[in-house]
Amino acid sequence: MKRQGIAESLRDAIAEEMERDETVFCIGEDIAVPGGWGGAFTVTLGLENKFPDRMINTPIAELGFFGVAIGAAMMGMRPIVDVQYGDFLFLASDQIINNAAKMRYMSGGKCKVPLVVRVPVGATGRGSQHAQNMERYFIGVPGLKAVAVSNAYDAKGILKSAVRDDNPVMIFEHKLLYGSKGTRAESGGVDATSDIPEEEFMVPLDRAVIRREGSDVTVLSWLLMAHFSIFAAESLASDDIHAEIIDVRSLSPIDYETIGQSVQKTGRVVIVEEGPKTGGVSAEIAAGLLERFGDYLQAPIVRVASPDVPVPFSPVLENAYRPDIPRIAEAVRHQML
Amino acid sequence: MSKHIPSEPESRIEKYDRDFLLKLYESMRLIRQFEDEVKFLFLEGTMPGTIHQCHGQEATAVGVCAALHNDDFITSTFRGHGHALAKGLTAREMLDELFGAATGCCKGKGGSMHMGNIEKGMIPGIAIVGGGIPIAAGIGLAFKMRRTPQVVACFFGDGAVAEGAFHEGLNMAAIWDLPVLFVCENNLYGASTRIDKVMKNIKISDRAARYGFRGETVDGNDLLAVYEASARAAEECRKGQGPVLLELLTYRRTGHSRRDPCHYQTTDEREAWFSNDPIERFIKILLTRSDIGQTDLDRIEAKVSREIIDAVEQARNASQPAADDLLTDVYA
Repeated sequence: MKRQGIAESLRDAIAEEMERDETVFCIGEDIAVPGGWGGAFTVTLGLENKFPDRMINTPIAELGFFGVAIGAAMMGMRPIVDVQYGDFLFLASDQIINNAAKMRYMSGGKCKVPLVVRVPVGATGRGSQHAQNMERYFIGVPGLKAVAVSNAYDAKGILKSAVRDDNPVMIFEHKLLYGSKGTRAESGGVDATSDIPEEEFMVPLDRAVIRREGSDVTVLSWLLMAHFSIFAAESLASDDIHAEIIDVRSLSPIDYETIGQSVQKTGRVVIVEEGPKTGGVSAEIAAGLLERFGDYLQAPIVRVASPDVPVPFSPVLENAYRPDIPRIAEAVRHQML
Repeated sequence: MSKHIPSEPESRIEKYDRDFLLKLYESMRLIRQFEDEVKFLFLEGTMPGTIHQCHGQEATAVGVCAALHNDDFITSTFRGHGHALAKGLTAREMLDELFGAATGCCKGKGGSMHMGNIEKGMIPGIAIVGGGIPIAAGIGLAFKMRRTPQVVACFFGDGAVAEGAFHEGLNMAAIWDLPVLFVCENNLYGASTRIDKVMKNIKISDRAARYGFRGETVDGNDLLAVYEASARAAEECRKGQGPVLLELLTYRRTGHSRRDPCHYQTTDEREAWFSNDPIERFIKILLTRSDIGQTDLDRIEAKVSREIIDAVEQARNASQPAADDLLTDVYA
């Protein structure tokens, strides 16, 4: 057992998968540069020493290298694509949405695209274009799987599952949770370390997980918001409000089984999302819960999300943008009125 | 033109094996008749969807694919019927696909614009202009990482040259010396827009040198010139010398799609290119061989006609997908 942060556990997971299967390789910007960063957040730091032929450092050409990864995947390779900041996925989205997601279907099931895409997201003092929570744009694309990792244990187990999956899998990672060290450390980071077992383990791509049990209200969140929700639940407990905190984790498909059991128990739902409220993941979850478990609800579903504005720069405004612990706690209290 | 100066076709053709030449002829004839038949079926109203046809461009598909091995790959576009037939897909699996049948090469889920069969070395056609270019680079990267002697030929049109994907894909193929044969079928028009309206330097093969590899402009209606240029390029790719850009000058005899009457093409231009038809030109030089006669060509034409008539008959009656098939093949 060892204590690791997300950046370290992802690095170990990638190395172990590359060791296990020689078709696995990494491709992306600013990886495998001696004296460099190991991607924007140190995840691939030093892997070039062990796998000099399988760390493909690319030009700044997101559309192009996503296409390259997809072509290689169709030939039986298993690329792990590193995009420095999730926001850059807009450049690559033609390749991801039109090709990676549809190739199996368009080919009548003859092609497969075993692709892993690692996507750093979240508002972190960088203004509007290095900050967006990109998961909303990809959960509604048939053919893609989407997961969000909020601690080091999940990050390792999910990356391994994603590499071994024969479909394109997008892993969303939060910049404030990496635990990146040195010059790439993030201010305002939140502890997402886990005890990592020595023996191999996997985490499924399609399961939500209960982080804290409670009987009064179900709080659904992921990434940084999963941590904030747990902190909120701790403060609510002193008021005798017992919130059940579920890390949704699998954003496509959504695990309505795990979530539904909780909703049937509590009858109240708060969904917390970093990112604009309109058209967000929380909208999809709310609609999905209403269709399935509407009869169990004792109060309308409440969403806590960012306002419908671009991510601002000023720390004052950024803090107002991102849902925080008091806002989450307030929403839960309101549900209990 | 490149420094390679082709000899006169009449003398050039003597060095070829007779069966090989007749095979090339059959392949071009198959594409022409396939496209004629598809146009008829479409206008007749029995075939669903839309079509983008390649009448007049048969020599590019056949010449390039004849230079490839069975385990080499191609990527194609929305105008891919010719490429598919040249790579070895059957008229039958393609017509079934065009009729949306469950027995089509993509089970009726791809259609005209996504024609392909990965088991025969052709991934589904990519109908976003330029989208196949980075993918071809990725296919080349897989071959290089695995150290297999395969190459990939990437077909695209002159319109794709304006896309960012062209720049990004060619640049990456160049820096990693990938075995990619970039094949630009320059038919002078991107949909209805003539090339000189969207490009200052219309010599597309010039682009290759800017990325650091070899480019060559070839008469795309001269089948043997296309074949020879492709064979040279494929050989260079196999030796690890990196990609090659072939610009094949050709002309689209039909509309961009469906019922496009091509009013934007001038009569003079159309007539000039129609008299430069790749099949007619090839017939002319084939018949200079003492061991090839009109009866050989007639026999091939009859064979191809039968093949297409049978395939159409089959496709008209092929079983359509069940409604439940809608939900399959989304995930592996």
